[in-house]
Amino acid sequence: FTCAGAGQDVGRSCILVSIAGKNVMLDCGMHMGYNDDRRFPDFSYITQNGRLTDFLDCVIISHFHLDHCGALPYFSEMVGYDGPIYMTHPTKAICPILLEDYRKITVDKKGETNFFTSQMIKDCMKKVVAVHLHQTVQVDEELEIKAYYAGHVLGAAMFQIKVGCESVVYTGDYNMTPDRHLGAAWIDKCRPDLLISESTYATTIRDSKRCRERDFLKKVHETVERGGKVLIPVFALGRAQELCILLETFWERMNLKAPIYFSTGLTEKANHYYKLFITWTNQKIRKTFVQRNMFEFKHIKAFDRAFADNPGPMVVFATPGMLHAGQSLQIFRKWAGNEKNMVIMPGYCVQGTVGHKILSGQRKLEMEGRQILEVKMQVEYMSFSAHADAKGIMQLIRQAEPRNVLLVHGEAKKMEFLKQKIEQEFHVSCYMPANGETTTILTNPCIPVDISLGLLKRETAIGPLPDAKKPKLMHGTLLMKDN
Amino acid sequence: MAAHLKKRVYEEFTKVVQQQHEDLSTKKLRLTKPSKSAALHVDLCKATSPADALQYLLQFARKPVEVESVEGVVRILLEHYYKENDASVRLKIASLLGLLSKTAGFSPDCIMDDAINTLQNEKSHQVLAQLLDTLLVIGAKLPENPSVRMRLVEVACKHLTDSSHGVRNKCLQLIGCLGPVEKGVAKEAESQAAKDVQKIIGDHFNDQDPRVRTAAIKAMLQLHERGLKLQQAIYSQACKLLADDYEQVRSAAVQLIWVLSQLYPESIVPIPSSNEEIRLVDDAFGKICHMVSDGSWVVRVQAAKLLGSMQQVSSHFLEQTLDKKLMSDLRRKRTAHERAKELYSSGEFSSGRKWGDDAPKEEIDTGAVNLIESGACGAFVHGLEDEMYEVRIAAVEALCMLAQSSPSFAEKCLDFLVDMFNDEIEEVRLQSIHTMRKISNNITLREDQLDTVLAVLEDSSRDIREALHELLCCTNVSTKEGIHLALVELLKNLTKYPTDRESIWKCLKFLGSRHPTLVLPLVPELLSTHPFFDTPEPDMDDPAYIAVLVLIFNAAKSCPTMPALFSDHTFRHYAYLRDSLSHLVPPLRLPGRKLVSSAVSPSITPHEDPSQQFLHQSLERVYNFQHLDPQGIQELLEFTIRDLQRLGELQSELAGMADFTATYLQCQLLLIKALQEKLWNVAAPLYLKQNALASAAAKQILEETYKMEFMYSGVESRQVVIIHHMRLQAKALQLIVTARTTRGVEPLFGMCEKFLQEVDAFQRCFISELPHMQGSFVDKLLDLMPRLVTSKPSEVVKILQTTLRQSTFLHLPLPEQLHRATANIIEPTGESDNPLRFTSGLVVALDVDATLEHVQDPQGTVKVQVLYPDGQAQLIHPKPADFRNPGPGRHRLITQVYLSHTAWTEPCQIEVRLLLAYNSNRSKASTRIPKSTWSESLEALPPSENGIEGTIPFSKPVKVYIMPKPARR
Repeated sequence: FTCAGAGQDVGRSCILVSIAGKNVMLDCGMHMGYNDDRRFPDFSYITQNGRLTDFLDCVIISHFHLDHCGALPYFSEMVGYDGPIYMTHPTKAICPILLEDYRKITVDKKGETNFFTSQMIKDCMKKVVAVHLHQTVQVDEELEIKAYYAGHVLGAAMFQIKVGCESVVYTGDYNMTPDRHLGAAWIDKCRPDLLISESTYATTIRDSKRCRERDFLKKVHETVERGGKVLIPVFALGRAQELCILLETFWERMNLKAPIYFSTGLTEKANHYYKLFITWTNQKIRKTFVQRNMFEFKHIKAFDRAFADNPGPMVVFATPGMLHAGQSLQIFRKWAGNEKNMVIMPGYCVQGTVGHKILSGQRKLEMEGRQILEVKMQVEYMSFSAHADAKGIMQLIRQAEPRNVLLVHGEAKKMEFLKQKIEQEFHVSCYMPANGETTTILTNPCIPVDISLGLLKRETAIGPLPDAKKPKLMHGTLLMKDN
Repeated sequence: MAAHLKKRVYEEFTKVVQQQHEDLSTKKLRLTKPSKSAALHVDLCKATSPADALQYLLQFARKPVEVESVEGVVRILLEHYYKENDASVRLKIASLLGLLSKTAGFSPDCIMDDAINTLQNEKSHQVLAQLLDTLLVIGAKLPENPSVRMRLVEVACKHLTDSSHGVRNKCLQLIGCLGPVEKGVAKEAESQAAKDVQKIIGDHFNDQDPRVRTAAIKAMLQLHERGLKLQQAIYSQACKLLADDYEQVRSAAVQLIWVLSQLYPESIVPIPSSNEEIRLVDDAFGKICHMVSDGSWVVRVQAAKLLGSMQQVSSHFLEQTLDKKLMSDLRRKRTAHERAKELYSSGEFSSGRKWGDDAPKEEIDTGAVNLIESGACGAFVHGLEDEMYEVRIAAVEALCMLAQSSPSFAEKCLDFLVDMFNDEIEEVRLQSIHTMRKISNNITLREDQLDTVLAVLEDSSRDIREALHELLCCTNVSTKEGIHLALVELLKNLTKYPTDRESIWKCLKFLGSRHPTLVLPLVPELLSTHPFFDTPEPDMDDPAYIAVLVLIFNAAKSCPTMPALFSDHTFRHYAYLRDSLSHLVPPLRLPGRKLVSSAVSPSITPHEDPSQQFLHQSLERVYNFQHLDPQGIQELLEFTIRDLQRLGELQSELAGMADFTATYLQCQLLLIKALQEKLWNVAAPLYLKQNALASAAAKQILEETYKMEFMYSGVESRQVVIIHHMRLQAKALQLIVTARTTRGVEPLFGMCEKFLQEVDAFQRCFISELPHMQGSFVDKLLDLMPRLVTSKPSEVVKILQTTLRQSTFLHLPLPEQLHRATANIIEPTGESDNPLRFTSGLVVALDVDATLEHVQDPQGTVKVQVLYPDGQAQLIHPKPADFRNPGPGRHRLITQVYLSHTAWTEPCQIEVRLLLAYNSNRSKASTRIPKSTWSESLEALPPSENGIEGTIPFSKPVKVYIMPKPARR
């Protein structure tokens, strides 16, 4: 097992698995923090100048976040790979939108060359094979894969990879607690030889989601009642939809009239797919969509730049999520001066962004052109994150009952703690490879032997009733062919 | 044997044929039956292929078989069974045997031997399983025969070693259902066997097939249900099954563990991998808690449900279920609940939170963190956050049950319950509100919790709001700020949803009477009185002001110092409200004011008995009126009716009783009046006009009797008899009147015959009551019956007339409890001057909200009637789901009525009212079938029939102003 990325690190997920002679690449992500070659995984590492298609049997993408699929066009078109790429239907639908958006930002805005083109994204998507949940896909005669529901974002899946009687489960990112639009990850007792799990929140146990939701709603509600405006900077996909659902149902329940706006563009396209992939959402949305599709928002309308100056209360979702540029920042500048207004940051903010500054309590901001912006509006922070916490990870391990666990997608120090815990609680060995490190796990493969039915019946008839799960001794001659 | 059988069958067959020839027409039904077995035999012999035979069998199975012929059929089936080579046909025969043995009245012990014999030679697994199933049926039919059962169990044990799971399954099921449960009756053999049964089943807990494992556990549970005390040794086995791969096994195992924990709660079990020991019930509790985070939601629901009923568990374990330690980057973090509590206890109110308010505090020792909870830890935290709402509801229910038995747990689970008020699924929210209400006497709400609870008041679902109002009725609030907060939120609720008025007032009534001391300091502020200045008098019709007053007056009831704070107009308002809303405003002892209400209201209670006495006395008097002259009788009746009606108005408890008797007396009065009409004495052609009164009286009596029969709850058969008797009299009257007015005899024939049929039916239905009816109309009529049947209509009429006059007035015995069904339409109020405008030809929905009292089965009987000004009437069937049941005897109808009409030139009023539909077939007595043809939703009825036949209007009509506009082109 080789980690080309995401070993003891978040971002740039890319894992290479060799299982019983088959090579599978799990995820093909990019690092958002870098703008040079380091942003993509080092693919030359895989084959040492051979052809990728010959070496890899298949590529599996767990979900549409760029740190899991961002390098895909680069990998398939620029480096060159023609084999099958597997992902779920929603991922296949949404992934190209995000890639295109990302390409636009890097190429059109920052003016970078040597980057993949729109055509490359299209070509790449042609190589994708979409899979359903719990559908066993036979990649070739020996290799089969199967997707399980993972929560996290729409279409996120965990994959079981099986060759003969050896199997690996790769979780991708997953979430064990259900939220407003997605259910919880689930896997059966498949007892894989190895479970590759993310470990973003290896050392965190989170509080109940309800308290956070209640706080969030209460704050929005109070501000709106006071006649204030609420700004919620979000990233276009994922949490944004969850918060929309949350507010939408709350508006519905409480019979509120204040308008909610959503900045247009990318989101509208994505919302369309959310409407289509109802089967991937949670119980409530699945059950009620016959009456009304929850993503057909009644109260949430598209935002127009002119609306920001409208009087009266309103709630606006705007991108991007860290207030560093774009529409959210524009609106923020307009509204910051009024203490009735509020900005709610639903996620983490990188250092240096306006979001980070106001969250750390700065009330006077220096904008471009020496302007000083005084922030009088209330600033709130709410964490809505959809990764499994330490308990969730343990719960998944308990459900799947693997023989070995391998942790990726997390920080080394935190993983160390979780590793200890896993070894202590489940008595299974646990690994946490760094980038580029290869871990080899020995399995005890069972060898299937054909036996004639007559012999089997005769043998079983002799002794007592075959006992469950206990080996039974049989006498016969073993013939080995072509070996 | 087979030859003998065949002979018998052919005998039967031929016999039947002969009889059919004899009298085919009359007794066909009975005679074709025995031919079934024979026909089947012939069919089966004819059948050339197994498929044919199967077809015949299938056809045969569709028809019922009579008890007498079951045995013959079984013999034939068995005979074919032995001959049959095809397994599927044998399977079908085996299943038919089982079906046939179920026939009521058939004793299957005679075929048991055969069934067991067939088992021995059978090779096919499926047929074996089916045969065992048949044996199970046979065994279940013979509960009184232990030896048979023992034999069956032995047979089953023999087949337990079969290699097919289906056979093993059935064997276990059979043992579970039939295995001996009596212990200690016959010590040696029986108890030995009983032990054996448990051991045999226990051995199959480790079967290789999950279905067999499930069946084994189920069989064990079956034994338990039948009263066998399971052994404790099973516990450890069952615990191992909890980790099974298959959900149905785990689900059954959870149940088994629960059963065992109830059986041996106090025995001690060791904890593996340590030397400690704990009580079995605690251990089981921990294990079941563990299953709340199982992979399969079926198991989770099962586990969560069972947790609720484990009340013997020690509080230490119980409280762990709510435990969840948070951490962030290995540092301890406080939960939001803890923070809220701290904020509250430190006296601060929650300020806008800063980033990192929840920043982790102390470092955690990495070794001490337990990520996989052992036992009970956090079970409910998991359950309440589950993705399936079924699990969440089950968890809330379990919380409720546990909290009811443990006050300290109730206090602890409060935070979690309050959280559930914001669940995304309404059912869950409603359930948690109800749960909270149930445990509310154990808890006091903190202010921050109250805040969250009150936030739900803005919910748009009426059910949720009303449930919450009911919750607030019985909550304890700790501070005066809490009361104030609640009042403010309720008033907000009132302005947003004015229809909640009643419910909110009621809620404030209880809130006030529960917390008089907390309301006291708020009074000046609430009434906005000022020590020096007079404040303007608030508007008396403002629902919000009434709400405040309701709160204050109810608090003042147990707080004598409060009235001193009232200003003048408050006293005046008190007097007004005490009159207009007496159910919400209690009597107060007000200083310096001799209010009538304060004097009268306490003295009402002792009056109760005299009024009851009065009722009975006046009835006595009426029943003795025989001695009076006709004029006197009429007057007495009239006065008594008036008295009774007034009594009913004064005494709500006696209203049903008084109305009921008054109606009865009214009927009698009408009857007497009708009989005294002049028309009886005048020659036939002259009174054509005068009959109007008599026939109207007859009609009215009929109507009133239906009211009496169907509108009152608590009417017993003794009353029903009298009512029907009265109805019979009315019909007689009708007959007489018609006879006198119509010329010609032909129509009378039919009427007479019908009437006599009714008398006959009356006699048949109330035969047991007849002795009580000495000297009554029907009594006399029955004496004359032979004569009536043979005589001509004109004579019949004559006889009827004399008997009607001579018959005595029957006493109406009163039942214990009698309530009149009433309905009150709350919405539409009928006050609006703005017409409801809609385009003609389209429909408009009108919200109807009504309370119903003492209506039995409202779903089937209550209808909404809409009367249009053109006389058109619509009858609307509300959906069963539109009825809610807030309390015993009370119902609430919240529905939508669709109106439509052609265009009008100006707005006009329509009438909406509720009807009580009845079907006189429902009562055993009557043979009359009303035209109950309102099959679906809407039906226009001719306007002339105001009180539609078969329905009784029982609410005041409400007028709604509507205006269908012509459609624009």
